[in-house]
Amino acid sequence: MAGLSTRHLLGIKDLNRADIELIFETADTFKSVLNRPIKKVPSLRDVTIANIFFENSTRTRLSFELAEKRLSADVVNFAASSSSVSKGETLIDTVNNILAMKVDMVVMRHPYAGAGIFLSKHVKAQIVNAGDGAHEHPTQALLDAFSIREKYGDVAGKKVVIVGDILHSRVALSNILCLKQLGAEVMVCGPTTLIPKYIGSLGVKVEHNLRKALNWCDVANMLRIQLERQDIKYFPSLREYTMLFGLNKTILDSLDKEITVMHPGPINRGVEITSDVADSKQSIILDQVENGVAVRMAVLYLLAGQTPTI
Amino acid sequence: MQNLTLLDGQKFQITIQRLCRQLIENHNDFSNTVLIGIQPRGIYLSRRVAEELRKILPDKKILNGDLDITFYRDDFRRRESQLLPNQTKIDFIIEGKKVIMMDDVLWTGRTIRAAMDALQAFGRPEKVELLALVDRRYSRHIPVSADYVGIEVDSIASQKVVVSWRDTDGEDKIVLVSEAAE
Repeated sequence: MAGLSTRHLLGIKDLNRADIELIFETADTFKSVLNRPIKKVPSLRDVTIANIFFENSTRTRLSFELAEKRLSADVVNFAASSSSVSKGETLIDTVNNILAMKVDMVVMRHPYAGAGIFLSKHVKAQIVNAGDGAHEHPTQALLDAFSIREKYGDVAGKKVVIVGDILHSRVALSNILCLKQLGAEVMVCGPTTLIPKYIGSLGVKVEHNLRKALNWCDVANMLRIQLERQDIKYFPSLREYTMLFGLNKTILDSLDKEITVMHPGPINRGVEITSDVADSKQSIILDQVENGVAVRMAVLYLLAGQTPTI
Repeated sequence: MQNLTLLDGQKFQITIQRLCRQLIENHNDFSNTVLIGIQPRGIYLSRRVAEELRKILPDKKILNGDLDITFYRDDFRRRESQLLPNQTKIDFIIEGKKVIMMDDVLWTGRTIRAAMDALQAFGRPEKVELLALVDRRYSRHIPVSADYVGIEVDSIASQKVVVSWRDTDGEDKIVLVSEAAE
């Protein structure tokens, strides 16, 4: 049977529709595994995976680590802040040293766009991009689309608005590529300063009025304002941003339909969404977290299966 | 290719019914016994056996599930082609139950070994038995034997045993397929 068309998972742009559907079908099976009394399968017991995080992460690293352990892989974790990278070691040297310890796959987060692509051209191990700068975060997009599919049965034809800091968000770019590939209609909504000029070329609608965007959509994916990536002031104040682009229960209840609310986390509660929205029955934020493990298990399983050991 | 029909038509149906009678001898009313078909082709056997048992024991509840063993196989990452999973459907508790695992063809025994592993993820059964419609004798790679056998076949590694099912393939048939001699 045919597997994935790519050897690494560097971005959604490398995946075709059949790849994404294969990942979803495999993730369906893994989700049922995760609901069994014994949540572990032995598939990757001869695979060693290094999680290399050059940038802080809690949920993505935990989700990957759990997915790897559920597949019985051997796992090593590496955080740049406590490593020789802080002493000036290059990316290639760091990774080559890790690979010399016979690692088969590398899950890498890096602050610079393209770091995964660069690495995939210089090392033999399979690379999974766990977020590279403001470029792509493919597994987040896959789990988001998987969660929409789970909620509605199909992604095709659904109207999804991505709200917030589109300019700095790797989640937004990967989501747009993934949702478009699956036949959804996508809109972005946010302040003019946080919407890149090229965004129209990706085939998405642009809206600067949150209420209009919410009236249009079936699903609202509320992004975190990435204060750490904002080198200049893109909007006057957080308070103003929240007033114009924050989702609260009053707005949600005033809509003449029930939309689904998503957030890739971590949530700035009271900024992009209020607590009562995050915890409402319309929110599928915790489903996204649960689905993240199943989707990452599917990705790792399908990639590992491409490399025969004998 | 040379095809030799080993079993079809009424003889096939009689074999299924005979297996059902053997199961009833050991499991009575199936109150503490469940049937599990191994994906992909064992599920047709278990569904057929369950169907026949329900005819024989109309007032009894016959529990039947499907077990996927993909993640437990020992040839993952030893094949050129990707192993893709099937569905597991076990909507009942197997803890403490007598489990009858079923597969259409018992050949090397590796599938059964993987199925035993996969089954552990659902609990600890009181007892596990194996029912195989076709037992390809003398071809085991590991020490596995079936408790209930439809027919036994002596075959060589290059031959294939293909089982067709009335409901899915149009007819009940067991065929031994051999490469034609040069």
